[in-house]
Amino acid sequence: MTATAEPEVGKARLRKEDARLITGQTRWTDNIQLTGMLHMAVLRSPVAHARIRNIDCSRATAMPGVAVVLTGEDFAAEQGSLPCAWPITEDMKSPPAPALAVDQVNFAGEAVALVIADSPYRAADALAEIDVDYDELPVVLDLEEALRDTDLVHPDLGTNKCATWVFDSAEAGSGTNVEDEISSAEVVIERTFRQQRLIPSFMEPRSVVVDPSAGMFTIWSATQIPHILRWMLSAVTGIAEHKIRVIAPDVGGGFGGKLQVTPEELLCLLVARRMGRPVKWTESRTESMLSGHHGRDQIQKITLSARRDGTVTGLKVELLADMGAYLRLVTPGIPILGAFMFNAIYKFPAYRFVCTNVFTNKVPTDAYRGAGRPEATFAIERMMDELAVELGMDPMKIREMNWIKHEEFPFNTVAGLTYDSGNYEAATARAMELFGYDDLREEQARRRADGSAVQLGIGISTYTEMCGLAPSRVLGALRYGAGGWETASIRMLPTGKVEVITGTSPHGQGHETVWSQIVADRLGVPFEDVEVLHGDTASSHKGMDSYGSRSLAVGGTALVHAADKVLAKARTLAAHMMECDEADVEFASGSFSVRGTSTARTLSDVVLAAHVAHDLPEGMEPGMDADATFDPDNFSFPHGTHLCATEVDTETGVVKIRSYVAVDDVGTVVNPLIVDGQVHGGLAQGIAQALYEEAVHDEMGTLTTATFADYLVPSAADLPAFLTARTSTPATSNPLGAKGVGEAGTIASTPAVVNSVLDAVRHLGVRDIEMPLSPERVWTALQGRKADDAGEVAAGGLGSIDAQGGQS
Amino acid sequence: MIPAEFRYLFPSTVDEAVRMLADEGEDAKIIAGGQSLVPVLRMRLAAPTALIDIGGLTELTGVRDDGDSLLIGAMTTHYEVQRDHLIHDHALLLKLVTDTVADPQVRHRGTFGGSLCHADPAGDLLAPALALDAVMIIAGPGGRREVPAAEFFVDYFTTALAPDEILIDVRVPKYTGWGAHYEKLNRVAQAWSIVAVAAAVQVRGGTIEAARVGLTNVGSGPVRAVDVESALVGQPVSAIAEAALRASSGDGYKDNLARVLTGRALTAAVAG
Repeated sequence: MTATAEPEVGKARLRKEDARLITGQTRWTDNIQLTGMLHMAVLRSPVAHARIRNIDCSRATAMPGVAVVLTGEDFAAEQGSLPCAWPITEDMKSPPAPALAVDQVNFAGEAVALVIADSPYRAADALAEIDVDYDELPVVLDLEEALRDTDLVHPDLGTNKCATWVFDSAEAGSGTNVEDEISSAEVVIERTFRQQRLIPSFMEPRSVVVDPSAGMFTIWSATQIPHILRWMLSAVTGIAEHKIRVIAPDVGGGFGGKLQVTPEELLCLLVARRMGRPVKWTESRTESMLSGHHGRDQIQKITLSARRDGTVTGLKVELLADMGAYLRLVTPGIPILGAFMFNAIYKFPAYRFVCTNVFTNKVPTDAYRGAGRPEATFAIERMMDELAVELGMDPMKIREMNWIKHEEFPFNTVAGLTYDSGNYEAATARAMELFGYDDLREEQARRRADGSAVQLGIGISTYTEMCGLAPSRVLGALRYGAGGWETASIRMLPTGKVEVITGTSPHGQGHETVWSQIVADRLGVPFEDVEVLHGDTASSHKGMDSYGSRSLAVGGTALVHAADKVLAKARTLAAHMMECDEADVEFASGSFSVRGTSTARTLSDVVLAAHVAHDLPEGMEPGMDADATFDPDNFSFPHGTHLCATEVDTETGVVKIRSYVAVDDVGTVVNPLIVDGQVHGGLAQGIAQALYEEAVHDEMGTLTTATFADYLVPSAADLPAFLTARTSTPATSNPLGAKGVGEAGTIASTPAVVNSVLDAVRHLGVRDIEMPLSPERVWTALQGRKADDAGEVAAGGLGSIDAQGGQS
Repeated sequence: MIPAEFRYLFPSTVDEAVRMLADEGEDAKIIAGGQSLVPVLRMRLAAPTALIDIGGLTELTGVRDDGDSLLIGAMTTHYEVQRDHLIHDHALLLKLVTDTVADPQVRHRGTFGGSLCHADPAGDLLAPALALDAVMIIAGPGGRREVPAAEFFVDYFTTALAPDEILIDVRVPKYTGWGAHYEKLNRVAQAWSIVAVAAAVQVRGGTIEAARVGLTNVGSGPVRAVDVESALVGQPVSAIAEAALRASSGDGYKDNLARVLTGRALTAAVAG
C-alpha cells in the first residue's frame, strides 16, 4: 500500500540513465558489431567547387580487404535527392542534392567516393589510393557577392538566390506599416550584425549501421529523428516504409546537428542493399566538421524606429541567410523560425521581416540549438541597447517601458503569434536582485573614472522564445512537410510495472527520468517501476522525435493523456471489482477506494484483473494499455532575464565573465536538476557564440577550423559559476504547464555577453565588435582599427621579435 | 580518424632504443607520451613505418639532484613535474609553466622531453627551457652529447636531434629562491597560447640581480627576451614596466601582447 508520496513532479531526481551512459554500459551505434559487417569510408572533396572530370578507383579497388569502391556514377540511378521538407515559398529554388556527388562538387567535404572494406583501417587506407581529377570552378562564399550572380553555385538554377520570404504586419493585419513608422519616427537606428557560422559540436560523432538481413533493413543511427528518418529514407529510395526499421540507440548529443537525413545514412542503406551485408560508417571529428550541417550564418540588417521618450514604433528586419551548397532537411526554414521572434517581448506596432536565402559553396546549414531564434534574440537585444545608448537611457528602463505587462496576457503579437502567459517584471526583478545591478553600475563608474586597464560592463538580455514545436496547422501554413503532434503509449504489465513508449527521441536530455516522474505521479506507481522505451520505430511506431524544446510540452502532454486514459478505464474496473458506483470511487497514491469506506484496490490489483480478464464489466476489453496523441493549440513561450557582467582587459582584449545571472521562466518544472543542466549547457553554447566559436573558410572555401584545436569549444574551465533561478508562469497550452528549456540558455546568453562587452568599452569609442569577440578583435577595436586591417596573427610569426630574439 | 599501418617496437633500454632507431631508418619515430604524435598519426599528417615506444624506459623518468643543477628525465610526465619537490624548490618556473599545459588528461600522459622534442613554437615548455639555459642530453649511436637549449630549437617543429638520436635527460641549472611566473594568454583553457611569457627573477633588497625571460609562440621557436633581461640587471623593481617595452618594437597584436605579458610576468615573478 502506497502512502501519500512526495510528488514526483518538481523533485530533483538524479537521472536514471546516467550510470549506464557514463560507465559505457550501453549501446552506442559504433559499438554495434554484426557478423560479416563491412565498413564504409568516405572520400571527401578537398575543393569547394569543381566539375569531376574523372575518378580512378583501380588502385584503391586492388587494396587488401577492399570489397568495392563506389562513386556517384554507381548510385546515380538509385540515390535520388536528399530530402528538404520545408519549401518555404512556392517558387523556392531547390537543386538536386545527391548523397554522393556525380559530376560536380559544391562544397569542400562533399562525399565523392566510398570504399567498402572488411575493416575500418583498410577502408581508410584505400581512400588515399582513389584518384579524382577535378576541374575547379569559381568559388562563391560571400553572401552579398553571391547575390550579384556573377558566379553561380548551381548554374542550372540561373541564380544563387534560393528564396525570399516576407512577413509584413500591415499585410497580415497584425500591425501598422513599418515604412510609415520609420519615415515619421523621432529616432531611427540602423545596424548590421553578423551571425557567424557555427558547428554543432555534439559529443558522439555520427554513426550508422545498416543490416539488410531478415527480409528488411534495420538501421541504427546516432540520430535525433528515427521516425522522420524512416519516412524520408523510404521516400527517397522507394523501399517500402514497413521494410525499414530505424533504431536510435543511446545517442550522445545532437543540438540540432542530428536533426537530419544525412548522405551517409542513405549511402549505408544503398551499400547494404547492394552488398547484401551489414555496413557501418562512423565519422571522425574532422569529417563531422567538414560534412555535418552547420548553423547560424546570417547577415542581419535591422532598422528600429522609436519616439524620443523611448517607446518603440517599428522594426524592420532584412536578412541574408546562408544555405550553403544544398538544402538539407529544414535548411530554408531555419531563418523563418526567427521571423516570429525579432519583436520579442516588446510591443512594436509595426513589423516587417524579409529574408533572402542564398546558396554558397559551403557546408549546408540547418538546425543548431535555437534554430533561428538565437539570431533573432541577438539582433533585438542588441538593438534595445543601441536605442538606450542613443537616447541616453538605462537599458533596462527602455526594455521595461516597451515590454508586454503581465496583465496584458494573452497577447497577440505584431508577428501574428499569441503569447499565452508570462511575467517579465517578476523574472527581471529576481534577476536584478541576484545580480546586484546597482552596485555593479557604481563599480563601473569608478573604473571609468579611474581609467582602469580593466573595464567593467553589464549586459542585459530579456528574451522570449517559442517552443513546443508545434501546432500542426501552423506548420502546414508555413509549408512545413510534417505535423507537430506527439504520441505516447502506456503498457500496464501484469505485475504492476509500467512501460512507457514515447515518440520523442532523447539524445542526452534525460527523458527516461522525467517521463518516469510524470507517470509515477499520475498513476501513483514507484518511479523505479517505470521503464521508458524510445527511438525504435518497431516499438515506438510513430512520433515526431526531439528538437525545438518540444519533448515535454508536446510529448509529455501525450503521456499525461495516456495516463489519464489508463486511470479512467481502471476506475471503471475498480468500481466493478468493489461493487460500487463509479462516482463513488476515489483515486489517490496508486489506490482506488470507495468513498467513506475502507474498501480499496490498488492500481496493481486492477491491472492484474484487467490482464486475466476473468471478470470484466460488460463490453470492456482485456488489458489496461492506452495510447494518446497530442497536437498543441499553440506554441509555448519561455522567457527570462539574463544579466552578465564582464571584465574587459583593455591592454590585451581579453574578456572575462565575472558574473552571470539567469532567471528563466520555463513554466512548470518537472525536474529542477535537469532544467539546471539544460540552462548551464545552453549558456555555455550561447557564450561560446559570443566569445569563442566560429567556422572559418579561407578564400578557396576550405574550412580552416576543422579540429577542436581550431574550433574553440569552451570547457567548464572557461566559464563562470552561473547563478540560476526561476520564476514560474505555467503555460496554458498544455496540462503540465511546461514551456520547454532546451534552448533558452543558448538563445538568451549571446546578446547578454556582447551587450556587456560593448557596455564596458563604449566610452572608449567602440560601437560594435563582430562575434566571436576574440581578444584580438576586442583589442583591435580599442585601437580604433577594423579587425580586417590587423591581419591574422593567431598562429605565430612575429618578425620584430625574431629580430631581437635571443636564441640564435 | 585512423592512422596508417606501422610497426610497433618496445625497447627495454636506451641503447636498445637507439639501435632500433638506426635499424628502422629515417621513417621510424620515437613515441613518448603520444599527446602530440598520436593526433598527427590519426590525421595522417605523418605515417612513420615504425613507432618505437620508450614508455618502458623507467630510467628516463624522474628528477635527480645533480649538485648545481637538476637532471629531469625526458619521460617524466607533466603531472610528475608539477608535483616534484626538487623542481618546486630549484626550478619553480618549470612547475608554474607545466601547471598550464593543456588539461589533466594530457598532463598525465604527456612528457617533459616529448614536448621539447616536438618543438611546437606554441608549446609551453620551450620558452622556459630556453630562458633557464637548459641543456639537452642526447643519446645516439656515437654515445652521449649535450646541446644547449639555444641550439636545440632550430625551427618550427625542428630540433637539433638527428634522426637516430633520443633525448634522455634535461639538465636545468638551479634557480633556488628565484621568483617565477608564467603569463599565458590563450582563448580557452585547453588551447595553445596566442602569446605567453615565462619569467624568473632574482631579487635582493629591492634590486633585480638577474632575470630570465622567454616568450612562447612569437616566432618559429621559443624566443629569449635578452634586451629585457639585460635592462633589468641592477635595477629596482620599478624598472620592470619600462624594460618590458623592449620585448617587442612592433605595433601588431602579438607585439603588444609580448610587451604587456612580459610586464605582467615579471611583476608577478617579483611579487611571488
